[in-house]
Amino acid sequence: MTTATLSRWNRFRESFLWYSFKRDKVAIASFIVLLLMVFAAVFAPLFAPTNPYDLAQIDIMNSELPPVGMPGADAAFPLGTDAQGRDMLSTILYGTRVSLLIGFGAVVLQAALGILFGLLAGYLGGRVDSILMRIADVQLSFSTLMVAIIVGAVFKASFGNLMFGEIAIYMLIFIIGVAEWPQIARTVRASVLAEKKKEYVDAAKVMGYRTNRIMFRHILPNTLSPIFVIATVQIANAIISEAALSFLGLGMPETQPSLGSLIKSGFDYIQSGSWWITLIPGLVLVVLVLVINLLGDWLRDVMNPRLYKG
Amino acid sequence: MTSPLVEIRGLEKRFDLSGGLLEQITFKGGRFQRKQEAVHAINGVDLQVRKGEALCVVGESGCGKSTVARTVMGLLSPSAGEVHYDGQRIDNLKGRDVLPYRRKMQMIFQNPYASLNPRMTIQQTLEEPIRFHQPDIARSEVQAKVQEVMASVGIDPDWGSRFGHEFSGGQRQRIAIARALAVDPEFIVADEPISALDVSIQAQVLNLLMEAQETRNLTYLFITHDLAVVEHFGTRVAVMYLGRVCELADTKTLFAEPRHPYTQALLSAIPKLEDDRPNYIRLQGEVPTPVNLPSGCVFHGRCPYANERCRKEIPKLIATDGGAQVACHAVEEGRL
Repeated sequence: MTTATLSRWNRFRESFLWYSFKRDKVAIASFIVLLLMVFAAVFAPLFAPTNPYDLAQIDIMNSELPPVGMPGADAAFPLGTDAQGRDMLSTILYGTRVSLLIGFGAVVLQAALGILFGLLAGYLGGRVDSILMRIADVQLSFSTLMVAIIVGAVFKASFGNLMFGEIAIYMLIFIIGVAEWPQIARTVRASVLAEKKKEYVDAAKVMGYRTNRIMFRHILPNTLSPIFVIATVQIANAIISEAALSFLGLGMPETQPSLGSLIKSGFDYIQSGSWWITLIPGLVLVVLVLVINLLGDWLRDVMNPRLYKG
Repeated sequence: MTSPLVEIRGLEKRFDLSGGLLEQITFKGGRFQRKQEAVHAINGVDLQVRKGEALCVVGESGCGKSTVARTVMGLLSPSAGEVHYDGQRIDNLKGRDVLPYRRKMQMIFQNPYASLNPRMTIQQTLEEPIRFHQPDIARSEVQAKVQEVMASVGIDPDWGSRFGHEFSGGQRQRIAIARALAVDPEFIVADEPISALDVSIQAQVLNLLMEAQETRNLTYLFITHDLAVVEHFGTRVAVMYLGRVCELADTKTLFAEPRHPYTQALLSAIPKLEDDRPNYIRLQGEVPTPVNLPSGCVFHGRCPYANERCRKEIPKLIATDGGAQVACHAVEEGRL
């Protein structure tokens, strides 16, 4: 077992992926920034000075304190506080965690649906292909945000605010995941169409393997690189979609804010001089999405089969 | 005469060109017309592969050799006709019923660069068929079997953890042969297994196939366009032209005394060392399109001996006194 993992690590060290990563400064920088942000977000309870979900730790008297370095700042709140007196640093750490969770969760759901439908459409072809791809076309003709707004509004109206607050995170993962699966399904279908003509698929058929086995064990592993590239970009898209929905009041509630709902909560105070409540989470969101997109661009260049054949 | 192991009867395969219903309808001269077109890849092929022999199928590109191979293996379903294995019809079997025949019949493909799964190690590639067909045998037995087939094709069993792309073309083809042998088949269809290989490697792989035939009692259906290979490898030869078999004979008989005008032209095209002014038969025109087949004998448009009957009537394979079966009216009538 150890020799197997060792050789896999060695294979990675010798791979083109690692080679090009070492030479791409933008990719290295993006990766480090992303790693730091993910690390800080995942271990938010360890780093955050206060727990923004705990109402007992919040004092309304501390509300709207500016960040350190400005007149009237309190050293206990390095990035200031919001209108309810929550520490901005802690809230942002917890908010990044929520945003990342929704981003990853939505992409996992998208990938599950997209890979399944893409494989079926590409491999079986014919009528299955036509039906699945027409459903995908119909779904793509609605904008994601529009579908999400309608579904979110209906849910919020039928469950009430309190209940909605509890299930909001699953709802958002579900809405964004279901709305965007055609992107991945189309990519998967295109690579399956190319792969299924190769002779190793014929060899598997001649062996008598079942369709499921051929699809998932033989074809799927060979279509993973484009899925990987598109999934990276889709994480950034999902985080943006979540932020947009939260900004419209259909996303995470103020009690468990994501980056989007933090921006929204500060938006009402921006005219009265408390710019930091909106601006700092906004910056964090921009940096997060930017580094994911930069990494996605680098991956696309590396894994483009026309530039490099593995 | 021994009973045939594999028998192909009246096999036909058409590939539809015209697409869906909406694409078939055209507007011409003021009215709608429905137009259907198909490529006639095989048009009535009858072949018998006897136990223990190597039946070679030769012919030029597009004559349907590979389609015959793929139809026999069940990768394509025939438009008409039947495929029998050991007396049992197999082209209409479904689901679990096919599995026993999947073990007995295996295939080796043309392109060794595409026939190994790039994401699987050699060990995984060879283990999977054994485990799939014998789910209850022990791990150590699977391991022993993999080692045995790897050794028998001349691949070091220690290389199992490597991936396909780490091998050369000849080695990959050996691994592909090992995969076919892993399930202990009786019958192997080889679809131009050496045409993608370097000339220096071709002989090695060919010898490996012959060795396997001897030690494992294999029967081959060998598709090729290389006549030198046929002479070296084949027990019998079937010559195909435009989806039909035009001559079927023992290798020696065919090379010594080709009867069909197309076979004669084909054999005369083999380059020889001794003559610097080759005297090969020049055929007129080109191979007709398999979309609109010529009436009668498919070869009549290019045949110097064609007459009115050849243009109308499709010739059948008829046994001649030399032992060969020839589909030619001129041979049958004694004109040739």
